[in-house]
Amino acid sequence: MEFKTILFYLFSAVAVVAALRVITARNPVHAALFLVLAFFNVAALWMLLQAEFLALALIMVYVGAVMVLFLFVVMMLDINIERLRQGFWNNLPLGGLVGLLMVGEMAVVLSGRYFGLANLPPQNLPANYSNTKELARLLYTDYAYPFEIASVILLVAIIAAVMLTLRRRKDNKAMHSSDQIAVKAKDRMRLVKMAPEVELPAAAAKEGE
Amino acid sequence: MISLSHYLILAAILFAIGMVGIFLNRKNLIVLLMAIELMLLAVNLNFVAFSHYLNDLSGQLFVFFILVVAAAESGIGLAILVVLFRNLSSIDVEELDSLKG
Repeated sequence: MEFKTILFYLFSAVAVVAALRVITARNPVHAALFLVLAFFNVAALWMLLQAEFLALALIMVYVGAVMVLFLFVVMMLDINIERLRQGFWNNLPLGGLVGLLMVGEMAVVLSGRYFGLANLPPQNLPANYSNTKELARLLYTDYAYPFEIASVILLVAIIAAVMLTLRRRKDNKAMHSSDQIAVKAKDRMRLVKMAPEVELPAAAAKEGE
Repeated sequence: MISLSHYLILAAILFAIGMVGIFLNRKNLIVLLMAIELMLLAVNLNFVAFSHYLNDLSGQLFVFFILVVAAAESGIGLAILVVLFRNLSSIDVEELDSLKG
């Protein structure tokens, strides 16, 4: 057996076991950590498929950012695990049956000779071929417009996440610099017209008494 | 020799696991989000495998865009989850019935 074949079976076995643990783990923290393991193994499989840039991006973006976000949220929330697992064993037979049926059908279709998938030769790239460079060339020429839309989507996601979780505190003493700059003198000082108060001369005061 | 169908069947297994996860953990919103991530990962694996065997880089670019959208989705999803927990003190899906008439 070729070394790459052994690697494929190793990585896929670990990925499948980790994925199974994600959905069966009692503790959500464990589930998140097993999901990290699954992502890592799939990234290794992408390396085998010579998609180096995407494999590294998966590790950096998913393991490094998204899964850390998941762990943050899981640890921040105080969850009653027992109540959330109600119905787990009731749904297991039907869910497992549907899942096995799906996998079985897909395996029958995909492993058959019908599509000739087994005959597709894997690409043989020269040693100095740069996956990242080719991706970048496509990304900044043919796909430049979708690339910009992707950046807008990320911007919207940032703003949405911040605005959703923002909590304005009542005792906030932050300054609004735009209001401070736009202020005018008459907003700050009010001139009031009023009758003058005249102090009576001492002689007049005595006569009045 | 690993053929395309090996990768496709592996992706089908991962996708089915993600879907079964949605069946089993119908109450836990966090695990639901994780199951969705798992299904997206399986789809991405399909794209990369096809891109490799058909010698076409567009598949990998599509995976790139899927990663962007999935990251945005999980970010906003987790933000909604945090707001939800603040208001309900629970992430049980069955308690999200305040719009019920």
